[in-house]
Amino acid sequence: MTLSGWSMILLFLVLIVVLAKPAGDWMHALYAREKMPLGFIEAGFYKLAGIDPKAEQSWVGYAVSLMVFNLGGIALLFAILKLQGVLPLNPQGYSGMETLLAFNTAVSFVTNTNWQNYGGESSLSNLSQMAGLTVQNFLSAAVGMAVAFAFIRGFARRQANTIGNFWVDVTRATLYLLLPISIVLALAYVVMGVPQTFGPSVVATTLEGAKQTIAVGPVASQLAIKMLGTNGGGFFNANSAHPFENPTALSNFVQMLSIFVLGAGLTLTFGKAVGNLRQGWAILAAMLLLFIAGVAVAYGAEAAGNPIHHALGVAGGNMEGKEVRFGVAATALFAVVTTATSCGAVIGMHDSFTAIGGLVPLFNMQLGELVIGGVGSGLYAVLIYCILAVFIAGLMVGRTPEYIGKKIESREMKLAVIAIIVPPLMILGLTAIACITGAGLAGPLAKGPHGFSEILYAFTSAAANNGSAFGGLSGNTPFYNLLLALDMFVGRFGVILPVLAIAGGLAAKRRVPEGPGSFPTTGPLWIGLLAAVIVIVGGLTFLPSLALGPIADQAQVAAGTVL
Amino acid sequence: MANQNASLFTGPLLAAAVRDAFLKLNPAKLIKTPVMFVTAIVASLSTILFVKGIVTGTGHPVFEGQLVFWLWLTVLFGNVAEALAEGRGKAQAAALRATAADLRAKKLIGVAGAWELIDATRLQVGDEVLVETGDLIPADGEVIAGVASVNEAAITGESAPVIREGGGDRSAVTAGTRVIADSITVRVTAGAGQGFLDRMIALVEGAQRQKTPNEIALTILLAGLTLIFLIAVGTLPAFAAYAGGGIAVPVLVALFVTLIPTTISALLSAIGIAGMDRLVRFNVLAKSGRAVEAAGDIDTLLLDKTGTITIGDRQATAFLPVPGVTLAELIAAARLASLSDETPEGRSIVVLANQDGSAAVAIPAGAEEIKFTSQTRVSGLQIGDRSLVKGAVDAILKRLPDAPNADALRKIADEIARGGATPLAVADGNRLLGIVQLKDIVKAGIRERFGELRRMGIRTVMITGDNPLTAASIAAESGVDDFLAEATPEDKLALIRKEQEGGKLVAMCGDGTNDAPALAQSDVGVAMNTGTQAAREAGNMVDLDSDPTKLIEIVGLGKQLLMTRGALTTFSISNDVAKYFAILPAIFVVLYPGLGGLNVMRLASPESAILSAIIFNALIIPALVPLALKGVKYRPAPAGTLLARNLAVYGVGGLIAPFIGIKAIDLVVAGLHLA
Repeated sequence: MTLSGWSMILLFLVLIVVLAKPAGDWMHALYAREKMPLGFIEAGFYKLAGIDPKAEQSWVGYAVSLMVFNLGGIALLFAILKLQGVLPLNPQGYSGMETLLAFNTAVSFVTNTNWQNYGGESSLSNLSQMAGLTVQNFLSAAVGMAVAFAFIRGFARRQANTIGNFWVDVTRATLYLLLPISIVLALAYVVMGVPQTFGPSVVATTLEGAKQTIAVGPVASQLAIKMLGTNGGGFFNANSAHPFENPTALSNFVQMLSIFVLGAGLTLTFGKAVGNLRQGWAILAAMLLLFIAGVAVAYGAEAAGNPIHHALGVAGGNMEGKEVRFGVAATALFAVVTTATSCGAVIGMHDSFTAIGGLVPLFNMQLGELVIGGVGSGLYAVLIYCILAVFIAGLMVGRTPEYIGKKIESREMKLAVIAIIVPPLMILGLTAIACITGAGLAGPLAKGPHGFSEILYAFTSAAANNGSAFGGLSGNTPFYNLLLALDMFVGRFGVILPVLAIAGGLAAKRRVPEGPGSFPTTGPLWIGLLAAVIVIVGGLTFLPSLALGPIADQAQVAAGTVL
Repeated sequence: MANQNASLFTGPLLAAAVRDAFLKLNPAKLIKTPVMFVTAIVASLSTILFVKGIVTGTGHPVFEGQLVFWLWLTVLFGNVAEALAEGRGKAQAAALRATAADLRAKKLIGVAGAWELIDATRLQVGDEVLVETGDLIPADGEVIAGVASVNEAAITGESAPVIREGGGDRSAVTAGTRVIADSITVRVTAGAGQGFLDRMIALVEGAQRQKTPNEIALTILLAGLTLIFLIAVGTLPAFAAYAGGGIAVPVLVALFVTLIPTTISALLSAIGIAGMDRLVRFNVLAKSGRAVEAAGDIDTLLLDKTGTITIGDRQATAFLPVPGVTLAELIAAARLASLSDETPEGRSIVVLANQDGSAAVAIPAGAEEIKFTSQTRVSGLQIGDRSLVKGAVDAILKRLPDAPNADALRKIADEIARGGATPLAVADGNRLLGIVQLKDIVKAGIRERFGELRRMGIRTVMITGDNPLTAASIAAESGVDDFLAEATPEDKLALIRKEQEGGKLVAMCGDGTNDAPALAQSDVGVAMNTGTQAAREAGNMVDLDSDPTKLIEIVGLGKQLLMTRGALTTFSISNDVAKYFAILPAIFVVLYPGLGGLNVMRLASPESAILSAIIFNALIIPALVPLALKGVKYRPAPAGTLLARNLAVYGVGGLIAPFIGIKAIDLVVAGLHLA
């Protein structure tokens, strides 16, 4: 570990804290449905779609709209991918995608996962990339924000029957937040050297005289939203490790910031909406606490390197699979950033991390992507844990547990438990199936515990809607295409639906005013408690699987066992 | 019932509890506690496998036999805890039931006081019964005629008799109490099996115990955790198969049972029963567990001034002579005027007067008492032709309209009234002497109590019929947060509604029929046992001692109940970390020897590690039974302080304790070569 490495990490943290407030305020304006400067555009959309923007929805209405929108999105994207061969903007002349792969990809992008079982530059037309994937990059992020808004309303409202209007929330999030920032970022990336063109691949002649095809395309526009919307699906197969998708150290840093900024800002949107900004800061602080711990472990493990390599005379940190342009610190930081959020973009091969370095991204995702988390999804995931933490520890102050003045009772508990059980059920259940079926065992490249980690990572990444790949797993098989699609779908909506149900129930409740007798949900004690509950519950759930994967891996490496 | 401080583990009680523990293995009963039900299923499965192993000669019978033994013990310990909690109530219920069993009624048949003797169970609501000296009152009801003194010791434990009479606020009588003088006619208000006594029996016995809302929510959480661990443990065989090995079923079972929250689940109902029981010991009957829980959530306490905040009677606190009269002169006159006054106020004047050091004065021979009448509104003493009187300022001035000091007296009187006290004028013949100041005396220590409550976040509101001036002064002196002066029952109800609109929970106590709507509206309504039947019906608790101060303690008991539940939940969950470190390496070391490094406790062998974890998991239940029954230590403090303390004790303690406990058990297990 070096001073410059830590300085960069510190600078990153400082900038996130600084940017969180304006981002939070901006999103609060959208949440509170304040009038926007270009309001007539919004109104036009509602008119076109025949939606009354003033009409509010109950949680059931909200959930139905959301499911219709997302199922429609999956169908549409599936159709585009299947039919790209006959659709325009296909300069490379790619044919339609194979059915199961198209299904997997459609679910993947609609659920904000962006798990990629295909190579973008070698199989997708520009239309598929832009009208198919990039559109979903925006919408899936907007859906996450909408759910977060609905959940916030659950806490902020008193004795209300409605939690907002799904169509309005999605429209506003896209129109006034994701689009404008993406446009600015895309232009900035172009300046930094990221290509943006409709032209075909460039054919170059190398020094040896060989012909080489260099893929280019509308990269910058997709890159901007891929990060901002914590989608992570790269234009290129190598994702942000590709020089065209991440040309400079500056572009690398901006990409990391743009992954975090909305998720961090939403905590303060929450605080502002419930009338106590400190509630938001407390959540952000707990997130950053877990984040720093993750970075320290991953960076430490990567910088320490691999004892087997050391024995062979290779000194220094683990450089295998690192983007050499960025080095160990930036790669480790990026790995934690991308897995703490549900982004999943990568600049290094997580598969090639040391076992413990690779455990951090894995555990981050298993916790449910709540360290900052996906746009929107991070906030609602952490709020579920807030409910859990308040319930477990809140009784100890001698009152019925309450969070933000809302009493946490059986209905909330039932739904929160569902939201907490769904991810481990998918991750562990599907990993177990893969472990005992031939089709599943055919996937991993490595043997021994590392191969197990590859399977576990894939199902974890999909369930958590992260989409980063550990690498090493051959995912484009019918088995994995189907199971991972199932994993992504249930991992997304199996959490969103209970969240909306809780929001509906909470909105209908009274809000107990805060006083000295209330359970304190601000301040260091609460921050530590929240972080501890997250780690303990997550740890208890996943420790056995982690022990058989990365921890066993590490133990073998330490003992010098080479498989 | 009062002061029955039976020890926790008296022999017969424990023996009965152990017997009950086996009866509670009935699946229909066990399923109410899902986690224990799951444990029992798992224990049954293990037993079958164990027997199968012995028959086929496979497996490790010694190791597996011990596992099965401890699994069943885990379930039984949980049952014993519940049975112990219930047992204490059952003894009380038995005594009450004996009272209820042989009640006979003299039912009036409507003809000139004639009655027939029938069994009390045949009484119906609306029947009228005659209760005479020595009779037990056969059913709950209202006195409609007569006055009697009644011994209510059977219910309250207080042997001093109380007066019961028709009309007014002392008309309610309870089945099972005894008339010790005079006779009354009672109209029955509760049918057989519906009365107060029946409710008490059911309550202390815990027979009709319903899970409270918070208990249900907690049960859901615990069931959810169980499911998560089912997933975590259930997928392990597949993972192990990947690693090219297998995990024996008994080992999986051990891991599963130690991870699921057996500790809190085993103690959950005991905590609830014990919480109700603590209230009963405190001579408060809660009609539902819900009310006890609500007590912990109270934000606003409405307290009656009289009896709760002040001693109840006004007391003389100062003598203030008018100009031209010496203090000694006033004191002497006031003392003489009060000598024959037996009211608490009169007595207090004499007490205060005697404090000047002069010897006590007896009533002079031949003196005659001037009695208080509503016309004169003065009282005093007539000694020969000297008449010493004291009374309301207006009344005295009416007697002496031309007294020269009238204006000075009025000035002093106004000053006193502004300070919230009551002025009493004293005159000797046609001389105005001065004023005696009577004041409500605020109870000692009440200011500190209110300070504590404030720190806990509870707002106190004093309810009084006094004028706002007097009320404000007493409020300031007692440190109460707010007051409602000249309060009518409607005002009380409105105040409760207003607080509840703001999301607050309100507790109050009351005794009169006109309190009933407010008692019903409040979240915790404590009716005084001496109150009317209507009040007792409306409240969700009844204080048998009729002590309004208890409201404060009731809040504390409610909080203690919730805290105990939370503390043991936190303890139970944080225990799991150590159990993982005991069992996981034991299971996985065969697959990957390197994972032996996770065995941070250096347990002797995989078998002893597993056995030690399961033994710890079982033994922690009886170890915590006393805590569950007594409740965690509770001191009023702000939530932040309580949280910090309890987290340190039960959260951090729960993390550390099993590391030590499992290691110690492992030493024993290994030492005895049990595994």
